[in-house]
Amino acid sequence: MKVWVFCEERHGAPSPTALELLTKARELGEPSVFYVGEGGDGAFTALGAHGAVEVHRLDPGDRLPAAEAAAALADRVGDARAVLFGMGNLDRDVAGRLAARLDRPVAANALDLFVEDGAHAVATEILGGTLRVVKRIAADDPAIVVFRPKAFPAEETGGGMPEVVEVPLPETDAVMRVLERHEEPREGPDLEAAEVVVSGGRGLGDAERFRLVEELADLLGGAVGATRAVVDAGWVPYALQVGQTGKTVKPKVYIAAGISGAMQHLVGMKDSSIIVAINKDPDAPIFSVADLGIVGDVHQVLPKLIEALRSRGEG
Amino acid sequence: MKIAVCAKQIPDPATPYDLDPDHHWVVRPDDQVLDDTDRYGVEIGLQLAEASEGTVTLFSMSPAGTLQGIRQALAMGADKAVVISDPALKGSDAAVTAKVLAAAIEREGYDLVIAGTESTDGYTGVVPQMLAEHLGVPSLTFAKHVEAADGTLRIHRQTPEGYDVVEAALPAVVTVTAGVVEPRYPTFKGIMQAKQKPVEELSAADLGFGADDVGAAGSGTVVEGVTPVPARQAGEIVEDDGEAYLKILEILERAKVI
Repeated sequence: MKVWVFCEERHGAPSPTALELLTKARELGEPSVFYVGEGGDGAFTALGAHGAVEVHRLDPGDRLPAAEAAAALADRVGDARAVLFGMGNLDRDVAGRLAARLDRPVAANALDLFVEDGAHAVATEILGGTLRVVKRIAADDPAIVVFRPKAFPAEETGGGMPEVVEVPLPETDAVMRVLERHEEPREGPDLEAAEVVVSGGRGLGDAERFRLVEELADLLGGAVGATRAVVDAGWVPYALQVGQTGKTVKPKVYIAAGISGAMQHLVGMKDSSIIVAINKDPDAPIFSVADLGIVGDVHQVLPKLIEALRSRGEG
Repeated sequence: MKIAVCAKQIPDPATPYDLDPDHHWVVRPDDQVLDDTDRYGVEIGLQLAEASEGTVTLFSMSPAGTLQGIRQALAMGADKAVVISDPALKGSDAAVTAKVLAAAIEREGYDLVIAGTESTDGYTGVVPQMLAEHLGVPSLTFAKHVEAADGTLRIHRQTPEGYDVVEAALPAVVTVTAGVVEPRYPTFKGIMQAKQKPVEELSAADLGFGADDVGAAGSGTVVEGVTPVPARQAGEIVEDDGEAYLKILEILERAKVI
């Protein structure tokens, strides 16, 4: 049976989540990809290498094609086992609209999908990843499931170029047009791929003092992360947000500076190999996931650490 | 402009809550507050209404019949509220929630529907999009800036690398991120006035839903089991004595990242 994977193009390539979801799709059936973007041989070959048998490509032009993609998918997925989405913004837009169109439930924040007594069940975690919940999907196939990032490893299978099918842009009353695209310049290593992530929270005090975090990340060759509170306060751009509504990271070492550990943050970093936390409050929830917790003032600890790393670098 | 703002009442995130051992629902204390993320939607609604001599109507599902959080939003300045207050709604999933809200909003009439990107307690993050599909209108989502003029809505839509400027004709649904505006605090006068503002309470049946269409019965996902996730092995917690940074250095060395 067919299993669909939704894929939004990012800079000419498939979204990383789509490649991860293909791992699961192969296990469940025959993977088809619904691709939103211009596409090209490079992108399609990458999808084929990860197991996609066919790719249906919708080129949105200047549209934000949430309604169009949902309509086109609704026409295609009738006999499929499942439609898998990531947490990307367009992923969630299309998943919601598709589910409403097909009158199906959506299982969100999924970490796994499996078949149980002939029905689909998804595993998720709630309350900051402290409880694992298994939900049965009590509806006809296809199951519509939105997965958290890094739920599965992306794996190449050696597949060749998939069959590519053009999807004409469906008519809709819900037309949205993209007038301009703005990209904020990014420095340093990719947050989602970095071996070391140094994240800062409100405990840093203000945007000026958040620089300590950037300095430490720089010395360690790591990436800078931040909590939602810090992003909302405008100290750093959203691209640096780690957590439920931001990025999910699993670095070798995660250093949480001045972060209390709200659930929304914990879900984005708790699977890091080693977690170091520095916080004034001995009762901060971040200490419950820390391998090393330092109860103290970040403005005392970080400068000393930075100084020590500098002298090592010179020595 | 006739503005509908979706507002969710949730247990105060500061108070711990429990899971019902039989149904695995989150047991909500009677005391519920306005979801913090909805304050941004209310604020945007008020600003757009002020600029267009419009009105702001709140829409909320309240299986427990509580109104405390709605009063908070009314105190900020919203004109009135439509609350689908019905025990039959208990256990409703995102799909049912979207259908019920769509029916209530359609019944009232609207030019613009504003919602948060996701609730703090459930965070499915797809209800507004489902709502838009039921209403058959555009869904301008993840807005960090919103402007409305001459029957069109223009937003700055958050992207992983920055933002896109996206435009659509009204009527439409827009979802706003936290931080889009600074929500106002209710004034004393606002709090007093909120007690007098109209709150229309509807049942699911008033909107044409049968008992099997809503609540747990109408929902397509059934929680089967909840198990604790094995906690990470307890780490070492030390009080900083001025030398604690050395312990971080040790860990960095052991992990071979320096």
